[in-house]
Amino acid sequence: MSDGIGGAFRARASSPPRRTIDVVNATLARRHAAERRFRLYGLAAIITGLAFLALLFVSTVAKGYGAFQQVYVAIDVFFDPEVLAPDGKRDPDTLNAADYGAIIKRALKAQFPDVQARQELRQLSALVSTGAAFDLRDRVRGEPSVIGTTERVWLPADDEVDTLLKGGADRNAPEAERSLADRQLAWVDRWSAEGRLEKRFNTRFFTGGDSGEPELAGIWGAVVGSFYMLLVTLLLSFPLGVAAAVYLEEFAPKNRWTDVIEVNINNLAAVPSIVFGLLGLAVFINFFGLPRSAPLVGGLVLTLMTLPTIIIASRAALQSVPPSIREAALGIGASQMQMVAHHVLPLALPGMLTGAIIGMARALGETAPLLMIGMVAFIVDIPRQITDPATALPVQIYLWADRPERAFAERTAAAILVLLLFLIVMNALAVILRKRFERRW
Amino acid sequence: MPPSLILVVLLALTAFAYYLGRVRAVAVAGGPRQISRLHSRPTYYGAFTALWCVLPALLVYSLWLAFEPTLVTHLVVAALPSDLGDLPKDQLTLVVNNIRNLVQGNIVSGEVNASLQAAAEHYRSLQATTHAALGVVTIGLACGGLALGWSRISPALRARNQVEIVARVFLVASSSLAIFTTIGIVLSVLFESIRFFRIVPVSDFLFGLSWSPQMAIRADQVGSSGAFGAVPLFAGTLLISGIAMLVAVPIGLMSAIYLSEYAGKRFRSVAKPLLEILAGIPTVVYGFFAALIVAPWVRQAGVAAGLDVASESALAAGLVMGIMIIPFVSSLSDDVINAVPQAMRDGSYALGATQAETIRRVVIPAALPGIVGGILLAVSRAIGETMIVVMAAGLSANLTANPLQAVTTVTVQIVTLLVGDQEFDSPKTLAAFALGLVLFVVTLILNVIALHVVRRYREQYE
Repeated sequence: MSDGIGGAFRARASSPPRRTIDVVNATLARRHAAERRFRLYGLAAIITGLAFLALLFVSTVAKGYGAFQQVYVAIDVFFDPEVLAPDGKRDPDTLNAADYGAIIKRALKAQFPDVQARQELRQLSALVSTGAAFDLRDRVRGEPSVIGTTERVWLPADDEVDTLLKGGADRNAPEAERSLADRQLAWVDRWSAEGRLEKRFNTRFFTGGDSGEPELAGIWGAVVGSFYMLLVTLLLSFPLGVAAAVYLEEFAPKNRWTDVIEVNINNLAAVPSIVFGLLGLAVFINFFGLPRSAPLVGGLVLTLMTLPTIIIASRAALQSVPPSIREAALGIGASQMQMVAHHVLPLALPGMLTGAIIGMARALGETAPLLMIGMVAFIVDIPRQITDPATALPVQIYLWADRPERAFAERTAAAILVLLLFLIVMNALAVILRKRFERRW
Repeated sequence: MPPSLILVVLLALTAFAYYLGRVRAVAVAGGPRQISRLHSRPTYYGAFTALWCVLPALLVYSLWLAFEPTLVTHLVVAALPSDLGDLPKDQLTLVVNNIRNLVQGNIVSGEVNASLQAAAEHYRSLQATTHAALGVVTIGLACGGLALGWSRISPALRARNQVEIVARVFLVASSSLAIFTTIGIVLSVLFESIRFFRIVPVSDFLFGLSWSPQMAIRADQVGSSGAFGAVPLFAGTLLISGIAMLVAVPIGLMSAIYLSEYAGKRFRSVAKPLLEILAGIPTVVYGFFAALIVAPWVRQAGVAAGLDVASESALAAGLVMGIMIIPFVSSLSDDVINAVPQAMRDGSYALGATQAETIRRVVIPAALPGIVGGILLAVSRAIGETMIVVMAAGLSANLTANPLQAVTTVTVQIVTLLVGDQEFDSPKTLAAFALGLVLFVVTLILNVIALHVVRRYREQYE
């Protein structure tokens, strides 16, 4: 490059008279090579960016798709009336309180009669999920007539068995480094030889709350928490954001105050999200005494965060409505407020909605401020109202990513896939809305 | 009557008021054919009545609910038996919390004795009383307002103007909310920070070289005196952000140049949105990616090269953060490059420059202020980024410039200090707010400068 045009001029100044065209011709090949190189750098940069994107998606899908299936084990369970209803009563309370774990243990013992030692027995029953007892309870409560019969029941296997069968664990590692002992491997192998192991669709993952056991953990609680939060955010931030945009665009006089507001909004859009979390903690929780971990507080914090986005998008939408519409309305005697409400707003609404959806999508993925207001608690129950303690989907991902069990890494990736799916749907909605209603004036 | 039910009744009354007002306006005018005798259209009379019905009632309702817990707690504490009521202040707060938990049916810390149970009962009955009173007052006010608004309807009433004034007040209030948010941020962070700086001097905080916020809970505890020198955090933040910028600036800038100067329309329409997807991915996803995929990979690569790499190295976090920031740099630079007038390029071509020479010697220098502004915005983004570093960077405050070691950042420390138990009288919790203050001030300065630069630049070419 340094020998490019500049070089040519310098060459002309030197003593033996050389024509510029000679210098140009002499350096042209090199300059063109530089041109091609430069172009290639640009292309390489884009390809690198896209490769990162592809890597992100591929690795998440590869890690996460397994969690949509769960290994189940078939066990021949004898629904012993002695254990389930010792006094002959079969009312729901007795059936709820019965010891279903004991029934599973007996069934396992019956299947492997040579297992006698206590420790071995414990290892054996560890192969079946602790949640299997709840499945049995539901089975018996749904159909009390099974009591006294033997039935082959498919029960969720423990997460270690699950990981092993999905190829996530190395069975050739020395026993001390494995989470399953040699004995347990042998039992699992026998099950699988007998066709007692099966991968089934993991409904619990979509319908359950959080749990300490990976095979029982689900995202429904987090999804509901996120939903409540977004509901609060949407109901507050959309009207407020649109109102603010309308005032700034249509009514505000051009003075210092509106200038301050404008600069403020632009700055707020760039304030780190965690600072909003600090605000929520100090103001909503400490000052107003709202409950911690509640979707209500999360929604309020996210409202303040998404307001700038919505205001900026709404102002752009208002600006794109041509002045002739306003002049026509005013010309036939509408007041300024009527002009805005009847003519400008309806025309700008699709653009505003697009902005709102994009703002909501961003709010859905936001995690840091929610950590500040205590939405990181371990919450098993599905929240039923906006003041119940809850987590949100991204927070659940953060919590799961920290857990040591390998099966949780799989579930974390699966939860990410669900989150990304929601985001894709929301963004697609915004694009469709824009394509469908966008008007060029 | 639960507050939510009161609200529903209030809304129903408002709708009814709207209907009544409309009907009355038409009647006052003398039938549907005589509407032109009215000053405003009938809907405005409806809205006028509805506003009279809902506004005073809603005001009282929200004020009542805001002050009710304080009042009820005060009454309950006053009525506590002397063994509980005379406790020191911090223990009293605990008791009050327990009573509240009992009322809400939550799990209570400590055992529940009879007097606590009685207090909870008292709380519950007081709450029931105030809620009932609230219901009576609110609905009474709503009905009164309705009647007043309704009776004022006459053909000469300037209903539209009055409704529009209310609407205007709402618009102004909404647009001021941004200001109040900023004030709220500043005040909430500032107050706790001032309390923190009373315990730990500002100079120790800003220039101290050691950070270990664990405070001794008991006096005889060893090794946890608490040191609040934030320099290692600032250094860690700068290190990780620096790595991120090293990744993001070249890739982002070159992508922007290629997209705006070389790429054809079709390629651009595909590649640009794809690249911007990177900005839409939640940061927690990047955090997962950094912690579970990139960090082990960096470690393996380092070990293979014979280097000592920490499992939570700054490099992994910085790399992934850089990927996240690529679209910020690229789309901002793209805008700026597109704003450079075509005449400048044409001039350069006319002198015989190749396209690459034109870009490097004409377009980029012309766009430089805007690009720098965009990069500053990206830096502010990197400094404030939380989830990636929380998940992939370490907790130990090392003062090092080695990207292969674990460092911690300001945001990581804010999160670790505030997640879990908080005591708003210990410097450990308050330190988080001081860090928040630093973070807010630094990002604010960066943003103001960047926005100013970008704006000036735009004006230059418009």
